[in-house]
Amino acid sequence: MTLELRNVTKRVGAETFIHETSLTLEEGNINVLLGPTLAGKTTLMQLMAGLERPTSGEIWFRGKNVTGVAVQKRNVSMVYQQFINYSNLSVEDNIATPLRVAGMARAEIDRRVGKAAELLRLTPMLKRRPSELSGGQQQRTAIARAIVKDSDIILFDEPLANLDYKLREELRDELPKLFADRKCVVVYATTEPGEALLFGGNTATMHQGRITQFAPTLQGYRKPKDLLTATVFSDPPINTHAATKRAGQIVLSGGLTWPAGKAETRIPDGDYTIAVRPHHVTTAVPASASGPIDGRVLITEISGSESVIHFALGDKTWVSQSHGIHRLAVGSQTRVYVDIDQLLFFGANGELIG
Amino acid sequence: MAKITLHNLGHSYVPNPKTDADWALKPLNLDFSDGGAYALLGPSGCGKTTLLNLISGLLTPSKGSIHFNDLDVTNKSPEQRNIAQVFQFPVIYDTMTVYNNLAFPLRNRGVEEATIDARVQEVAAMLDLKPTLQKRASGLTADGKQKISLGRGLVRSDVNVIMFDEPLTVIDPHLKWELRSKLKELHQRTKRTMIYVTHDQTEALTFADQVVVMNDGQIVQIGTPVDLFERPRHTFVGHFIGSPGMNLLPCEVKDGQARFAGQIVETANASLYKGGAKSVQLGVRPEFVSFGNEGVPVHVTKVSDAGRFRIVTVRAGEHPIKLLVPEGATVPAGSGHLKFDAGRTRLYADGWLVGAEGGAA
Repeated sequence: MTLELRNVTKRVGAETFIHETSLTLEEGNINVLLGPTLAGKTTLMQLMAGLERPTSGEIWFRGKNVTGVAVQKRNVSMVYQQFINYSNLSVEDNIATPLRVAGMARAEIDRRVGKAAELLRLTPMLKRRPSELSGGQQQRTAIARAIVKDSDIILFDEPLANLDYKLREELRDELPKLFADRKCVVVYATTEPGEALLFGGNTATMHQGRITQFAPTLQGYRKPKDLLTATVFSDPPINTHAATKRAGQIVLSGGLTWPAGKAETRIPDGDYTIAVRPHHVTTAVPASASGPIDGRVLITEISGSESVIHFALGDKTWVSQSHGIHRLAVGSQTRVYVDIDQLLFFGANGELIG
Repeated sequence: MAKITLHNLGHSYVPNPKTDADWALKPLNLDFSDGGAYALLGPSGCGKTTLLNLISGLLTPSKGSIHFNDLDVTNKSPEQRNIAQVFQFPVIYDTMTVYNNLAFPLRNRGVEEATIDARVQEVAAMLDLKPTLQKRASGLTADGKQKISLGRGLVRSDVNVIMFDEPLTVIDPHLKWELRSKLKELHQRTKRTMIYVTHDQTEALTFADQVVVMNDGQIVQIGTPVDLFERPRHTFVGHFIGSPGMNLLPCEVKDGQARFAGQIVETANASLYKGGAKSVQLGVRPEFVSFGNEGVPVHVTKVSDAGRFRIVTVRAGEHPIKLLVPEGATVPAGSGHLKFDAGRTRLYADGWLVGAEGGAA
């Protein structure tokens, strides 16, 4: 099964929500739309679902042009950020609704509802109303309803955003299992790079109504096509700085000078914007070539097992992410080390050089 | 400023609490030292908001007492307690200027204008609000408004404690670190007693020197972020702090040694186990498990690449175990053996760390 957007745009009045976009999504892998709020993820999903019509361009599904086909006729399921359930129905009836609408035989409905409830660990709650459930269980109910019928396309619009992080962790772990043996196109929108990475599959990074790259998730992460993609695909934010590479050295604007490491052979001398992910700027000295930085600590955020140090380097803010708990006083000086061999070099137009 | 002492403090929303479950907050003893930065951390329904409301005076406890220094405030109103609170949503006067918002608590108390001006200027400087002092508060962004709420707590010099209830909920995720930085800096500078209530581990561990972890109406551990990560006193702490949380594996103890899946597993504390528990478990964080040539035999069931490391899920018999494998290291295909870091593998009896004295503290 293939879902194709062909030169699709979406404008409302003078405002452009989606610039001309072409995208081919296949079954068998999760397709992630990754981008900040207002990047166009929801609009793109509404076009895929048939909830909105593109201003120009076409949408094809299984080799057929479905551009004008209404959402009811597209066999699509959606799960939203808000927990949307029928409040007057039990969990069981909530899950069964799409099957009843389709006129399925009762025994088959019972079998499928039982299976979906088991997958989402809702079996003990089937007789309850949504209002008697926790937020996590309410969203599990909405997900069960989305997967209970054989949809051709299942769209998830930031479904975990309103859940506490422990529940997010659980559901993130379970979601891929739900589609492992299904024939449908799965699309998942998120603002969190970490979520895209854990799902794997393919990721379209989005920024202001455009897809900046569509590639296997790890490829987009490790080899971002351009600086914008690298920025969208990094949390905490990727560090960037203007720099010149010459004579075996990397000289940052402001004067900081590092050895060129492996870049010596793979990057020609010249002016670049360098970028390095926070976990390659650490309190520990890396085994390979390293560039020390002395900065003034703005805050150390501690996530449980990792420390994210925001620090000032000249007039720029840099971020370091290290293993373990490092509590540094706000305003104190600290030294961290850049793993030189992990630097990304971008050219004058933001394109990845290497 | 004040030291806060909670003595045998408990609260129930039912008139005559009988069972454990009747207590929203089971009776506890707790001291907040003067000038400390504390967090109350736990999932919804754990009792942290009840505890906060007892300290602020919005609730009168069913049991026990609250002292600010030597003064018993158990039956005093919130106004009499001289506390400041910052809530999830900014509480400000939209039609007033930023200056008048900050001056409000002092004018209310009849402080003279010269003193008010000095205090407002000082607090505005700390919060980077000086350029906006003459603007209407309604025109500010969410983080600007939340800074005003905070400034109103700081402007009075007689406040006993400043309490925060999920104060960053409305702040854009990309700006949160800036406000976290501001809060931390303010604590370092003012040395006020601050109590921060949240369900988010990053909020709590970033802000507080001492984190009070709560679950089911009781305190399960009080400690520094390092304590909570490295030495969880309760399996709940191991699970709740860290992502992914601690692995918990059912085991047997014989002759002071723990056995899991037919193998002896070296631990830091199994020799201290005195028996008698309904359940004994091994607790070890994914960070402290690695693949080796011998040890517990496992099958690899899932590898998720998080970029900076991989989260590998394996099975030992029917028991799933998670471990973190660094960038560049190899993960065996199919089956392999696990090593547990003995110094960081601990035995828990009925949920509590074996060999730790007392209950929660």
